[in-house]
Amino acid sequence: MTIRLKHALRGSMLGCALALTLSVSANAQDIIKIGEVSSFTNFPDHMGHYKNGMDLALDEINGAGGVDGKQLVFVTRDDKATAGDAIRAAEELVAREQVDAITGTFLSSVALAMNEWAKRNEVLFLATMSLSDKMIWQEGNRYGYRLRAGTFTQSAILAEKAAELGKKRWALVYPNYEFGQLAAENFKRMLTEAQPDVEFVSEHATPLGRIEAGGVAQAMIDAQPDAIFSVLFGGDLLKFVRAGTTQGLFEGREVLGLTTGEPENLEPLGADAPEGWWVTGYDWTNTDIPAHKKFLADYQERFGAHPGISAIMGYTTVKTMAAAFDKADSTETEAVVDAMAGLEVEMPWGTISYRSLDNQSTIGSFLGRTARGENGPVLVDAVYKNGEDYQPTEEMISKWRAATE
Amino acid sequence: MGFSGLIVQILNGFAEASSLFMIAAGLSIIFGVTRIVNFAHGSFFMIGAYVAYTVVERFGDPMWFWPGIIIAAVASALVGLMVELTLLRRIYRAPELTQLLATYAVMLIVQDLVLYLWGPVPLLGPRAPGLEGAVNILGRQFPTYSLFLIVAGPLTLAALWALVTRTRWGRLVRAATQDREMVSALGINQAWLFTSIFVLGAFVAGMGGALQIPREPASLEMDVHAITSAFVVVVVGGLGSLPGAFIAAILVAQVKAVCLWIGILEIGPFAISLSKFTIVVEFVVMAVVLIFRPYGLMGTRPALLRHTRNLTSSMLIAPLRARGWILAAIILVAFAIVPQLRGSFPYMPILMLEIIIMVMFATSLQLLMGPGGMHSFGHAAYFGLGAYAAAAIVGYWNLPLELALVVGVGGAVVGAIVLGWFSVRLSGVYLAMLTLAFAQIVWAVFYQFEGLAGGENGITGVWPEGLFGGRDAFYYLAVGCLIVSLAFLYRTLFSPFGYALRAARDSAIRAESIGMDVSRLQWQSFLLAASVAGIAGALYALSKGSVSPEILSASRSIEGLVMVVLGGEYAIGGGMLGAVVFVWLRDTIGYNAEYWRAVLGVITIFLLLVLPQGLASLLRFTESLKRAKE
Repeated sequence: MTIRLKHALRGSMLGCALALTLSVSANAQDIIKIGEVSSFTNFPDHMGHYKNGMDLALDEINGAGGVDGKQLVFVTRDDKATAGDAIRAAEELVAREQVDAITGTFLSSVALAMNEWAKRNEVLFLATMSLSDKMIWQEGNRYGYRLRAGTFTQSAILAEKAAELGKKRWALVYPNYEFGQLAAENFKRMLTEAQPDVEFVSEHATPLGRIEAGGVAQAMIDAQPDAIFSVLFGGDLLKFVRAGTTQGLFEGREVLGLTTGEPENLEPLGADAPEGWWVTGYDWTNTDIPAHKKFLADYQERFGAHPGISAIMGYTTVKTMAAAFDKADSTETEAVVDAMAGLEVEMPWGTISYRSLDNQSTIGSFLGRTARGENGPVLVDAVYKNGEDYQPTEEMISKWRAATE
Repeated sequence: MGFSGLIVQILNGFAEASSLFMIAAGLSIIFGVTRIVNFAHGSFFMIGAYVAYTVVERFGDPMWFWPGIIIAAVASALVGLMVELTLLRRIYRAPELTQLLATYAVMLIVQDLVLYLWGPVPLLGPRAPGLEGAVNILGRQFPTYSLFLIVAGPLTLAALWALVTRTRWGRLVRAATQDREMVSALGINQAWLFTSIFVLGAFVAGMGGALQIPREPASLEMDVHAITSAFVVVVVGGLGSLPGAFIAAILVAQVKAVCLWIGILEIGPFAISLSKFTIVVEFVVMAVVLIFRPYGLMGTRPALLRHTRNLTSSMLIAPLRARGWILAAIILVAFAIVPQLRGSFPYMPILMLEIIIMVMFATSLQLLMGPGGMHSFGHAAYFGLGAYAAAAIVGYWNLPLELALVVGVGGAVVGAIVLGWFSVRLSGVYLAMLTLAFAQIVWAVFYQFEGLAGGENGITGVWPEGLFGGRDAFYYLAVGCLIVSLAFLYRTLFSPFGYALRAARDSAIRAESIGMDVSRLQWQSFLLAASVAGIAGALYALSKGSVSPEILSASRSIEGLVMVVLGGEYAIGGGMLGAVVFVWLRDTIGYNAEYWRAVLGVITIFLLLVLPQGLASLLRFTESLKRAKE
C-alpha cells in the first residue's frame, strides 16, 4: 500500500510539475500586460499597502474603460529580496507572460540588477520603491525609470532644514549598507557646504535589523551633540527610539529622521513616538491637496485603513503605466519608452513628470514634525517638497549618465 | 568617551549578554543531549515575544507583562512539545542533517504562521511595569530594565545549573550528554528524556523572547537574528556547556560594547570605524575562538560514540551501473534539447539554466558532505567568490568570458585554500560553524565596503559576450561546464583520493595510522569542491548580468544543504536530484503563493518523513525491491 502510495505521489507530482512548468498563456490583443516584481513576502509591512494602492488604481482605470479600450493587467511576482530571483522572474514574465513592461523592486541591489537587465534586453523598467540613486545616475540608461524620491532628494530636504536649525555638533546614526552610508554622506556634504563650521562628533553605522540600541544611544550621549541625524527605519528605529528616550538622548536636542515620517515607519512607534522630530515622509492627515482628498476617501472606504507611502507608490505606478501606454498609443517598447520621457502623471500629491534628463520622476516628499495624534503618531506642520528642487545639477547628472549611455 | 563612559557601556554589554544567554542556553542543552542543531530555536524565541505582547494587549494592563513572561514561555514550550512529538521523534535515527533540515522546515512554517496570526507590522510592546525609567549611574541615565536583565541572566544560569546538577533528571541529562547508548542500555526511557529536554529548551527560549519586548519590537526577523547569535554563543562557549554559553555571551556582548565605546579608532593616518565592525563582530570572535580552542571555551572533545561513526550500508557509495549510465544519458539529452523547445515552452530554458547552475553548486557541496563527511555551512562563500571574481573580470575590465570562468574558479579556490585550511582542523558541528563564520565574514566584507565591489549594490554589467554571448550558446556553455564538473567529481569519487577521503570520514584514527594525512585530504577536497562551486558562481553571475552580496548569504549556503539532504547526501546524483526538485519547487510555489515559506516547509517535512535517506533512495528502493523479487 505504502509503495503504491509513493508511486502514485511520484506520478502526480511529476504531472503537476509538467503542467506548471509548461503552461503557456496567450497574450490577448485587448489587454496591456505589465509584470510587477517586488519583495512581497520579505517586506509585507510595505507591500500590503503597495498592493492596495495598485488595486485601487487598476479598478479606477479599467472601470473607466481601460487604456485606449484595452484593459490594464498586472502580473505580480515575488522576488524574495534577491536580485537573482528578480531577474529570473522578469525573464519568465517576458518569455511566458509576454508582458509589455516591468515595474517594481524594493531593495536597491535588486533595482540595479533589474535596471541592468532591462538595458540589455531593451525592456521598459520602472523602479518604484527603491531609493538608490545609482540606477538613474551612475548606471542610468534609456530603459530604466524611477518613481520614488531617492536618497539624494531626501537627504537634501533634511540638510536644508538642518542648516536652518544652525546647530554645530551633529551625531549620525544609519544602517550599515549603501542606502544608509549614502544618506549620511550626502547629508554631511550638503550641510558642510551650507554651514562650514559644522562638526560631526559621532557616527554610528549599525548592522541592519540588529542595532545595539542601548550602547549606540549611550555613545551618542557621550559625544554631547546638539542635534542628531537618523536614517534608521523598521525595527531598528523602534529600538533606538525606546532606548534613546529612556536614556535621555533626545532631551534638548533637535532630531532629524530620514523616512521616519512615512506611516510605515512612524505608526509602529505608537505611544513611544517622539514629538518634534523633523522628518521626511508622508502626511496623510492634514494635506489639503484636492486629488489627495479623493484618494484618501476612496482608499479608506475600500480597505478600511489609511494609506502608507507604499500605497501612494503602488497607486502611482499603475497610473504611470496607464499614462505611458496611453501617450504612446502602442505597446511597442521603444514607443512607450519615448512616451515616458517628460510624461506627466496625475497622482494624489499633484502632477509629477518623468524628467528626460535622468528618467527620475519629480515626485517629492513631505517635510514635517512628528506629533502624537488621537489615533497614533502623525506629522504636523508638514510641507510638500517638490522633488525637482532637490536634485544635483544638470551638469553632474549628464556627466554621470554619459559614462554609461 | 571617557572612562565612566566605558563603565556604562560595559553595563550595557552585561544586559545584552543576559539576553543572548537566554536564547543560547536552551539551544546548548538540546544539542548536548539530542545532537540536534535546532534551527527552530529562534522560532521559539519569536513566539515567546509575540505571545507576551498579545497577553499585555489582550488584558490591557501593562502589569500583565510579568505573568505574561511565564505564559509566553509555556506557549513556546507547548509548541516545542508538539514539534518534538510529531516530527523530531520520528527521525532521531535518520542522518543528523535530516534532523537539521526538519527544524529548518519548522522555522519556515513558524515564520509564516506568525505572519498570518500577528501580521507584518513590528509590534512594540509595553515597558516593563515598575522598571520603566532610568537610574543615574556615573551621571548617565541607565535603563532600570537593563539592570534587571543583568540580574536575570545569572539567575537563569543558576536555576538551570541547579536543575542539571541537583536533580535526578539532571543526572540523566548529563549521562545522556556523555553516552547516549549507555543511558538507554540502563533502561532509561530516552524518548521521554529527549522530549523533556526539548520542551525545557523551548521554555527558556520563549522566556528570553518575552523578556525582550520592553527593549525591542516583536518582529518577523527576530527568529533569524536570534538563531544566528545563539549559534555563535553556543559554539564559542562549547557545545552543551551552560557556563560556557554564559561566558561566551558575555564575551561577544562586551567586544561589541567596547567597539561602540571606542567609536572611531585612529591608527596613524587611518580612521577605522569600529561601529561598522559590529556587523561581523560575533563571527570574528567565533572564528578566532575556534581557531585557538577547537571545541569552544569550555567545551571538551566530543564524547566518542561507540563507533567512530554510525556506519550504515547507506553510506557506501557504489559506482554507477548500466542503469545509472542510461539514466545519466537520458538526463543529458533532456538538458540538450531544452533550448530547441523555446518556441512552445519559452520559460523552460530559463528555469533549466538556473537548475544546471544549482546542480553544480549542490553536487560540489555533496562531495564535502557525503564522501568527505564535512558539513559545510558556508558553501555559498565559494559560489560567491567565483561569481565576484568573474564579475570583476567582465564588469570592471571588460575581459572575455572564458577568462572569467577560469578566474571564477581561481577566486573560489583561493578562498578555499585559506578558509579550508582552518576548517579541516575541526570536525562535526564545530567545523560546520566555523565554515558558517567564515562565510558570514566574507559576506559582511562585500556587503558593507562600497569601494571593494560595489557594496550592497554589487557589480553590474556582467553579460556574456562573444562566442557564448547568445542565449542558446550560453546555455550550452553551462551544459558543457555541468558535464565537465560532474565527470570531474565522479572521477574524483572513485579515484584513490576519493576512497582515501571516505576512509578518513569513516575512521580518522585508522586512516591516520596507515599513513594518510587526514586534514590534508580534507583540505584538498575543499579545493576541489570550491572549484566546481566557483564555476557555478561565475555562470550564475553571467546569467544574471550582475552580482550582489546576497549571493554569499547564509541562506544560500543553507539552501545548498537543503538540496543535498533532500536528494540524499550518500547517493550518486543526490545533489543533482535535490537541486532540481528544490529549485523547481521554490520557483513554482515562490512566485505567487503568499505563504510560500510554509508550503515549502510542509513539503520538505513530508519528503523527509517519507524518504529520510533523500529522494535518491526512491531509485535505490525500487532496485532493492526488484532484487528481492528475483
